[in-house]
Amino acid sequence: MQGMTTEQVMLIAKAIVLAGQGIGAGLALIAGIGPGIGEGYAVGKAIETIGRQPEARSAATSTMFIGCAVAESTGIYGLLVGIILLFVNPFLKFLTV
Amino acid sequence: MYNTELSVEVAGPRKMITFSRGGEELFAISETVVTGWLIIIVLFIVIKFLTKDLKVKPESKRQVLAEWFVEFFTNLVKENMGESMAGFAPYIATIFTFALTGSLMSVIGFRSMTVDINCTGTWALLTFILITYYKIKANGALGYFKSFAQPVAIITPINILSEVATPTAMALRMFGNISSGMIISSIIYAALTLLSNLLYNAAGLSFALFDYFKVFQVGIPAVLSVYFDFFSGTIQSYVFIMLTMAYVGDAAKTE
Repeated sequence: MQGMTTEQVMLIAKAIVLAGQGIGAGLALIAGIGPGIGEGYAVGKAIETIGRQPEARSAATSTMFIGCAVAESTGIYGLLVGIILLFVNPFLKFLTV
Repeated sequence: MYNTELSVEVAGPRKMITFSRGGEELFAISETVVTGWLIIIVLFIVIKFLTKDLKVKPESKRQVLAEWFVEFFTNLVKENMGESMAGFAPYIATIFTFALTGSLMSVIGFRSMTVDINCTGTWALLTFILITYYKIKANGALGYFKSFAQPVAIITPINILSEVATPTAMALRMFGNISSGMIISSIIYAALTLLSNLLYNAAGLSFALFDYFKVFQVGIPAVLSVYFDFFSGTIQSYVFIMLTMAYVGDAAKTE
């Protein structure tokens, strides 16, 4: 850091923080894998049920939607973390001279 | 020349009116509160209209509609919470209508109420209060506190955590779903504006109308709106009331 002005150092520090936030947002969205598998499994089972008992179609469908929406929450948490990192930039305020 | 820089501002609730004194912000009224009161007034007028001069035998279409609405929620509550809890139907119907209309406000140009965590958090807190009230009512205050140490005393922290996780998950689920849709819609609107501006610049067009009319914004966002506004909003409102009924119905059972 020799021969650099404070502005240049701050710029580099800001770039590092922003890069970390971008990587963190990408990593947070890995959480989408779990709900994807879980919901796919739930929908597959619901279709199996409808195939076996076509008269249970409406009950199976509505229960499946609720189950999917509940299973989705972990993915939504990951998404929220990603969105906060990308749009709110929460760590930039810790950068002080 | 039209602006060709992408800028999206989505973080935090949008402030409509700000009260400040001496340059210091005292408090602000957010768009959530304004649209919330708008919905309350409109729903009040609609319900007053639907229930005007009711007859024993329904004659008008609007009475049939009102009766269908009441019956639907009464049956739903009876099915999910049992006959003894049928008194919950008005609360469930209120939460559902409020959540649904609040989410669909984005269709007519406002921000959805549910993109503000304060709004969904309040509803989840109401559910939490109801759960706690019915648990204490069913088991007594002593039984309620004892239930945290079930089945063994060592897992008390986990029980407390799961008690707190219920309303938190409910609030975050609805907030996350609707706000992620809102953010994706905002990004797409901004991108389409940018694309239209690039087209106008390349073609050398410049009319006063083109400040507001962006050619690529016609039609394309509507397709996404079907999923992000209608489907997501309806499913999440339905899930919210189903979970409320399940948790409160469960809490009212004696152990």
